[in-house]
Amino acid sequence: MNAKEKILAAIRRQSPARPPLPSLDGDWIAYPDAHEQFAAALQSVGGQVVQATSFVDLPGVIHQLPPMEQAAKIVCTVPGLPLGNCVLDDVPDPHELADVDVAIVAGRFAVAENGAVWVEAGRLRHRAVCFICQHLVLVVPQDQVVHNMHQAYQRLAFAEPGYGVFISGPSKTADIEQSLVIGAHGARSLTVALVAGWDGGSVPPGGGLG
Amino acid sequence: MAEELTAVDHPRAAARFVRDDARAHWHDQALWFVRVKRDRMAQSLPEWETLRAKAAEIKAHTVGHLAEYLEQFERQATALGATVHWAADAADHNQIVLDILQRHGVKQVAKSKSMLTEECHLNPFLERHGITVVDTDLGEWIVQLRGEPPSHIVLPAIHIKKEEVGELFHRKLGTEAGATDPKYLTEAARYKLRQVFLESQAGITGVNFAIAETGGIVVCTNEGNADLGVSLPKLHIACMGIEKLIPRAADLGVFLRLLARSATGQPITTYSSHFHGPAPGGELHIVLVDNGRSSILGNDDYRRSLHCIRCGACMNTCPVYRRSGGHSYGATVPGPIGSILNPARDPGKYATLPYACSLCASCTDVCPVKINLHEQLLTWRRDIAAAGKLSWSKRAAMKVAAAVLARPGLYRLAGKTARFFLRHLPRVLLYGPWNPWGRQRELPRAPRRSFREEYARRPKP
Repeated sequence: MNAKEKILAAIRRQSPARPPLPSLDGDWIAYPDAHEQFAAALQSVGGQVVQATSFVDLPGVIHQLPPMEQAAKIVCTVPGLPLGNCVLDDVPDPHELADVDVAIVAGRFAVAENGAVWVEAGRLRHRAVCFICQHLVLVVPQDQVVHNMHQAYQRLAFAEPGYGVFISGPSKTADIEQSLVIGAHGARSLTVALVAGWDGGSVPPGGGLG
Repeated sequence: MAEELTAVDHPRAAARFVRDDARAHWHDQALWFVRVKRDRMAQSLPEWETLRAKAAEIKAHTVGHLAEYLEQFERQATALGATVHWAADAADHNQIVLDILQRHGVKQVAKSKSMLTEECHLNPFLERHGITVVDTDLGEWIVQLRGEPPSHIVLPAIHIKKEEVGELFHRKLGTEAGATDPKYLTEAARYKLRQVFLESQAGITGVNFAIAETGGIVVCTNEGNADLGVSLPKLHIACMGIEKLIPRAADLGVFLRLLARSATGQPITTYSSHFHGPAPGGELHIVLVDNGRSSILGNDDYRRSLHCIRCGACMNTCPVYRRSGGHSYGATVPGPIGSILNPARDPGKYATLPYACSLCASCTDVCPVKINLHEQLLTWRRDIAAAGKLSWSKRAAMKVAAAVLARPGLYRLAGKTARFFLRHLPRVLLYGPWNPWGRQRELPRAPRRSFREEYARRPKP
């Protein structure tokens, strides 16, 4: 008997109760102003929100961010956004991204209760860019803010191979005497740019993790 | 790898820990701080108790249908291009991981936090076969550099002071002598570990949740070390206990809301990464490990311990854990949940752990998946006594207590004697080293008469 058969047989020998799977419907939290709550939640985990009144205004808004001042190497993967000086698709090996100062990446939607943004890196040639960059800017359509995580998962299908991540704030640790330090291994800062009147560019509809 | 054969003596190890009074208090306070943050988060959600109930129901359902869900998970994960491996025990697990690494000629691995690989003693096994393993979670890296195991499942270095980290980094990384600023020390670690991430040929992660319906796995970190570790090399190995399964992706809505709030008082971890199949051009191997879990599943008293999502809340709140330190449990998972899981694997070795408990039930109150921890701890005491694993001193004390409690006359005499001595014995005799109840506390002032005597003397109508 191989290990799989052994484990499954060991489990099947037992006969624990088999209660039904509960429904996930519930009176889950909804905020009077989801945008306000999102900004507050993100701030509480060390990130910040900036607003762009349109996709055309977005480059100006991002240019004013402090991390952009000194940035030498900038990757931008948001379709149609004329920023960045390093094209991800032209980088053969993700190790070459070690010196990226700022990465600007599209997020599909934001979650008010915890300041998280859902990022599908399946469409990125190297998802490492989200973690290896010194500073991260996530660009999210302004009307794509859900209240809670239950609503968030209603938007996700996971029908195809891929990778997606909720990112809530910059990388952090409190492993030395519970002192919070921002910038453990990943991004030292996280800015979420909410863009009005933008549909998210060519991020695919329907939750496909392409 | 064979377990150490010597039994864990929690009282003795705890006594060593509390000998440094200031440090024991500091440790206690550090954990209580986390507990308070957890409370604040729990209270910020009106539906907190509903979430706990849902989580417990989902877990009970999953455990009741585990074989089906494991098979479904394997099917779905395989369809996504991942390779699923099955390991009956720690030795199987370690061999599977080694074989994969050797097949790829891997010399160095960047590993993120995985209590399962600690449980299986994977690091020393791989090191013996010439593979360097670097624990990339800052706390885990600190304890790895010190050559000791983590003392907490979420906060591995909670027992270590910043002065000690400064000294360690000075010796190992060449940071400034005497530097103790956590920001400076973290920056030094960031610099060094970035090199590790860039040099490693494989990444190993744990798994927080595995989704049967989709074949995906979810890994939660605050530092981003899991993602950095697996997004640079082509090879990702994810190691998980079979109890990490959940039926549906939507169940994550419940669990991700509970996990970080319970663990560290954050609304969610910084990175909650969902891996569905390998990265393009890469490989994803998922190792499913039993290592005693299926036998816990067969036990009505302890089955619910398989609901555990490893948040550590029971440790942060436990008055014994906070004052005795994680290492005193001599096990990968310490604290209340560890005092249930470890005796299940080896009741002889871990017989003292269910006694490291005042039965205050605070652990049960904070558990996000509603494990009846304090009840299981009490049940373990019964089982350990029944199995004859109690120390002779506890057995003798129980015998004496049973004899006295069974004889009312003897009981009354014992009470009278104790009251007399408590009132009349000089301090030097009463608080001698032979009386452990007189250590670190004042004994109560004994009344002249017992309640029974007072009751007999009451004015009668």
